[in-house]
Amino acid sequence: MYAQMVKSEATQEDPERLAAFQARIDAGEKIEPKDWMPAGYRKTLIRQIGQHAHSEIVGQLPEGNWITRAPTLERKAILLAKVQDEAGHGLYLYCAAETLGVTRDEMTEMLLDGRMKYSSIFNYPTLTWADMGAVGWLVDGAAIMNQVPLQRTSFGPYSRAMIRVCKEESFHQRQGYDIMMKMCAGTPEQKAMAQNALNRFWYPSLMMFGPSDKDSVHSAQSMAWKIKMNTNDELRQKFVDQTVPQAEYLGLTVPDETLKWNDEKGGYDFAEPDWDEFFEVIQGNGPCNTERLAARNKAWDDGKWVRDGLLAHAEKKAARRVAAE
Amino acid sequence: MSSPNAAYPDTPETRTRPKRHEWPLWEVFIRGQHGMSHRHVGSLHAPDEEMAIKNARDVYTRRNEGVSIWVVEARHIAASSPSEKGPLYEPSESKVYRHPTFFDIPDEVGAM
Repeated sequence: MYAQMVKSEATQEDPERLAAFQARIDAGEKIEPKDWMPAGYRKTLIRQIGQHAHSEIVGQLPEGNWITRAPTLERKAILLAKVQDEAGHGLYLYCAAETLGVTRDEMTEMLLDGRMKYSSIFNYPTLTWADMGAVGWLVDGAAIMNQVPLQRTSFGPYSRAMIRVCKEESFHQRQGYDIMMKMCAGTPEQKAMAQNALNRFWYPSLMMFGPSDKDSVHSAQSMAWKIKMNTNDELRQKFVDQTVPQAEYLGLTVPDETLKWNDEKGGYDFAEPDWDEFFEVIQGNGPCNTERLAARNKAWDDGKWVRDGLLAHAEKKAARRVAAE
Repeated sequence: MSSPNAAYPDTPETRTRPKRHEWPLWEVFIRGQHGMSHRHVGSLHAPDEEMAIKNARDVYTRRNEGVSIWVVEARHIAASSPSEKGPLYEPSESKVYRHPTFFDIPDEVGAM
């Protein structure tokens, strides 16, 4: 759900080849970059992995916002390490996408000019230190919910990237929850800040899984290809069931009056987020869309002289080496 | 990267696109512990080998994953082709006698 609403591409290829490909996936084999694959599989994966990578990179911005204002040196070092991890996760994912025949710079350009998307969640502002807690606990928690099953995805490089990411990700969620525990054990004002952060991040976190897709053709294709492992509703339910007791432990109230344990289904009944808001954010009209893209564009433009300079230097050195041989 | 023996796929999209002026792609190999061989962990972009090693350290060894790093430019890697899988690997399938379990050794003989 760092990749939301990824449309899967229709594929028009030799039915026999398609059947053989599907049989490999059904048998649990991994598809590797040089293996034959339907054009739709390739395109859908580039879109999905690219969007996932962009989310990791843009996801650094709301947290980067608080690095200079972390309450202690230790919290600052931890947050810095977490944000650095996100950059690493973005890179693992870009590398995985690159094995499909697209370059990282091309994907970056598509992000910067709006042709590719990133997760809706990062278009919300981080207003207080408690938001660092809520983001780690809820946003990374929701991401883990999606990424753990993706370790078993059919495309080898994506699966390997997910395994690395998952290994590192649980630190992120725990450091967030740790912040929340500290805030909730603090002064009434600090606890109120934690409650306020939960209030603002609850529904946007539920949106991360995307709208219900149980009848979606795209999801059915992606699930057959094992590049999507669960429906959005399944993952959302799992997330709510896991998170509600954690909120109770903190003594916080989930901002949903309809939230109720349902014995029959063995899970909570809960209110859907406002999907109109979700579509607005996806369309670019969220609270921080403009700011986020502007920050990425500025970083890319400001870094151009470094990219060009280092490339020119490397080429000059290489040329000198050839001349010396 | 468009040669049929490269490690990366040769697709209609990659063939028809003009070559872009970007930092080259490097494959990264890490020795996890002393006594182990280097293992492929992923790739990254860097202008030259020096920066590639520095970047590899930042991207792939943030949690003590390595004691040594190798980098090689991806275009220098030659790879076998998936379509050759049969001719390359099938011949060994019939040579079961290459495995010790092929031979029955009586228990009295002891460990062997």
